Amino acid sequence: MAQFRLPPNSRITRGKTHHAPAGATNVRRFAIYRYDPHAGENPRVDTYEVDLDKCGPMVLDALIKIKNEVDSTLTFRRSCREGICGSCAMNIAGGNTLACTQAIEDISGDIKIYPLPHMPVVKDLVPDLTNFYAQYASIKPWLQTRTPAPPDRERLQAKEEQHLIDTPSACILCACCSTSCPSYWWNSDRYLGPAALLAAYRWLVDSRDEATGERLDALEDPFRLYRCHTIMNCTNACPKDLNPARAIGEIKQMIAVRRL
Amino acid sequence: MSLQTPLGRVLGMGSAKTGAGHWWMQRLTAVALLPLGLWFVFAVLGLQHGNYLMVAAWVAEPVNAILLILLVLTLVYHSSLGLQVVIEDYVHGATKVATLVLMQFVHVIMAVGGIYAIVTVSVGAAT
Repeated sequence: MAQFRLPPNSRITRGKTHHAPAGATNVRRFAIYRYDPHAGENPRVDTYEVDLDKCGPMVLDALIKIKNEVDSTLTFRRSCREGICGSCAMNIAGGNTLACTQAIEDISGDIKIYPLPHMPVVKDLVPDLTNFYAQYASIKPWLQTRTPAPPDRERLQAKEEQHLIDTPSACILCACCSTSCPSYWWNSDRYLGPAALLAAYRWLVDSRDEATGERLDALEDPFRLYRCHTIMNCTNACPKDLNPARAIGEIKQMIAVRRL
Repeated sequence: MSLQTPLGRVLGMGSAKTGAGHWWMQRLTAVALLPLGLWFVFAVLGLQHGNYLMVAAWVAEPVNAILLILLVLTLVYHSSLGLQVVIEDYVHGATKVATLVLMQFVHVIMAVGGIYAIVTVSVGAAT
């Protein structure tokens, strides 16, 4: 059966509180999930008081400030700090999003930060995305053709055909959508999840691709595709405002249409 | 610990190449249940002050009997498809197949029982 409580070694305890320096004028509390696999202890939530008058506007700015000035053991992924690399995806104030594009002032109360839900935790806010990336690789995210490319130029596409793949191509594979999906929580070993399915859709609607049938064959499976129950947490979570739920719906439609 | 690659695990035994039929029938039965369900609710409201003989006579009307049998079949099919998804979602491991089989048996019994009742009542009222 599904697990409705965390296993004993994953239950979260209360951790340390790091107070703001004396004279701080604009203090916000950040409650952050901490887990060190080498410590042999349960995960805990540490609280950090941050003076926002001496901090950048985004949640990532606060995390970097904490790591630089308060607690260098705090571990998280980050790179571009402008919402294009997808590294700093985490669960902030109850929702999956990118720490670099989430403004602190848009959150009320204490700012609770956890790793992406229902993934194995490597350390602190760093989840193990091995399975997620393997699922992306499994949909063959590259152009497949039988017609050889023209010898003298690239494969051409009409403007309106290019338009179809513009939006799904904007996915940065941050995993906010897949890890917000209850279906993915219960069955991520067999359900591909919204991110991989959005990527599959991007190649299904690419007018240059000649493997649409094989791609649909590979997706038509009670678990790979049809575990999606149109919950739409994916679309709600996407920090790039994409619509994986709609893409999945259209894949189901394509499979239905080719039977009729 | 297995040394199988992550991609090997994801690819697994490949696509079952099924699921579209289930998806289509779930929607088809849902659409059919809309008029059938509304008809049934209004029909029962019209019969609420009647006695057994009046209800039996109503069931014995060919149109009513046919629609009732259609309602039972559609309802049971739709319920079976829906519960199958719930079980596949939440039940893992050894009990999964047993739960699915049990669920489907119960649904077949409900369908046969429902149709038997409709036929018995309408035949009883006609004689």
